[in-house]
Amino acid sequence: MEPKKLNWQEFFIPRLIKASGYSAILFVALIFFFLLREGLPALGEVKLGDLFSERWYPIESHFGVLPLITGSLIITVGAMLVALPFGIGTAIFMAEVAPRWMREILKPLVELLGGLPSVVLGFLGILVLSPFLRVFLDLPTGLTALAGALLLGGIAVPTIVSIAEDALDAVPYSYREAAWAMGATRWQTIWRVTLPAARSGVLTAVMLGIGRTIGETMAVMMVTGNAPVLALALTSIFHPVRTMTATIAAEMGEVASGSVHYHVLFFIGLVLFIISLIVNVAASSVVFKSKKRAERVLS
Amino acid sequence: MTLEHVTPEKLMAENKIVIQNLSLQYTDGTESLRDITLNIRANAITVLFGPAGGGKSSLLRCLNRLNDLTEVKVASGKILLDGENILDPKTDVIALRRKVGMVFARPVVLPMSIRQNLTYGLELAGEKRKSRLEEAVERGLKLSALWDEVKNRLDDAAIALSGGQQQRLCLARVLAQQPEVILLDEPTSGLDPISTGKVEAALQELKKDYTLILVPHSVQQAARTADFAAFFLQGELVEYNEGKELFTHPKVKRTEDYIEGRFG
Repeated sequence: MEPKKLNWQEFFIPRLIKASGYSAILFVALIFFFLLREGLPALGEVKLGDLFSERWYPIESHFGVLPLITGSLIITVGAMLVALPFGIGTAIFMAEVAPRWMREILKPLVELLGGLPSVVLGFLGILVLSPFLRVFLDLPTGLTALAGALLLGGIAVPTIVSIAEDALDAVPYSYREAAWAMGATRWQTIWRVTLPAARSGVLTAVMLGIGRTIGETMAVMMVTGNAPVLALALTSIFHPVRTMTATIAAEMGEVASGSVHYHVLFFIGLVLFIISLIVNVAASSVVFKSKKRAERVLS
Repeated sequence: MTLEHVTPEKLMAENKIVIQNLSLQYTDGTESLRDITLNIRANAITVLFGPAGGGKSSLLRCLNRLNDLTEVKVASGKILLDGENILDPKTDVIALRRKVGMVFARPVVLPMSIRQNLTYGLELAGEKRKSRLEEAVERGLKLSALWDEVKNRLDDAAIALSGGQQQRLCLARVLAQQPEVILLDEPTSGLDPISTGKVEAALQELKKDYTLILVPHSVQQAARTADFAAFFLQGELVEYNEGKELFTHPKVKRTEDYIEGRFG
């Protein structure tokens, strides 16, 4: 090996890695700055009371974003109610219960499912899911928050399964053996030892699942009916709703650059950004609080 | 060692565990242990030693049926614990594992506090009374000589303890369950000499009340701790005798060679 060439590499490569690391931070900061620059003027152009009112009808200058926020929230919560039990349950099945050969088949299948474009799933939602819901629940239309929640739940499941399964699988076999040797049953071992040992990974899975749900645009736009109605009652789940993402996607193309409407759409993006930030911070603070430093280092 | 002329009652008076003609196989059919017959005495340390791959750990894992979950299966034979065949499919495995505790080569502390590590097994068994749990924590930690080091921080995460402390915690966890037999699979392999000394000292104390079966991590440890010693070589029980006798006057050439370090 020529030492001269090595020196050159030693000089160059760490700097390249450093530069790409810093640029990731820089890009996020730039995106945030851009959102702020385009979104904040909305606060000056629309009165705060109007902005957080319940009427979204931009053509007549009604820019109430509350229906959109509640629409996103109800769908996210609904989707999580579907995806969490299914996702974690499937992950436990694959990591702890299923024989090795079955896991080898299931895992790639689940990951394949996770790679399906959401527009394809939205198509299925329109053709299969929403007609079924309309007939089954006797609703005026099947394009409801429920359809969106079910579909998004389905979209989030592969993400949750894949990551939670990795986390469970990474728990050393000796943990399980130790629990069994103490007289724990298989289920007690999973619930009290394996899951807690994998909790940071499982929580990451849940987080990414929520992120996937709240940020999903195409599928929700196709199946939720897109009516900007305030969704506060429990029965709202059976009505059409409109999410923040769908609104931005549907209207951004037709809006005059620099108009009030344009700024409000960016403001919605800002709200979305802040919501996912809160979810992230909340989750990581749970992980960090419940773990002592030594435990974090080892896990 | 023939058993025919000994009545079962007399057998039990001295032997906690009687292993009769036990053979083990891996699921692919290769042999792990061949026709092992061995009596394990109560209130003594029985050491199973020999080179790696000799089937010691497999034998140990038969005694609490932990083999059920691995790729080693019992081909034939019996293991009598207090006269009952624990290999019988009808055996309550959970109850068996409470009676036969185990300490592993690598200390496995559960992802909980020190206190919870000790009470977990009892809670699984349905014990809810706080006073009993507290009592078990203190008893376990005192018996494993860990009490003085951790009594002021029982609610700290167990994983923050040092390696030696973790291993004694694992021993304490087993003791808190008040088992009758304790299996130790190279319990000191990851420990420094001082920690090893502490664990060995604890074992010498414990044998007054428990039946201990130890797979040591070295011949020296086998010689230091054994009341009875069994030498395993490639799935075969080569020699079994009182520890002193076996390490000073081995009867079989292969045992002698191994003890003196000519192979292994």
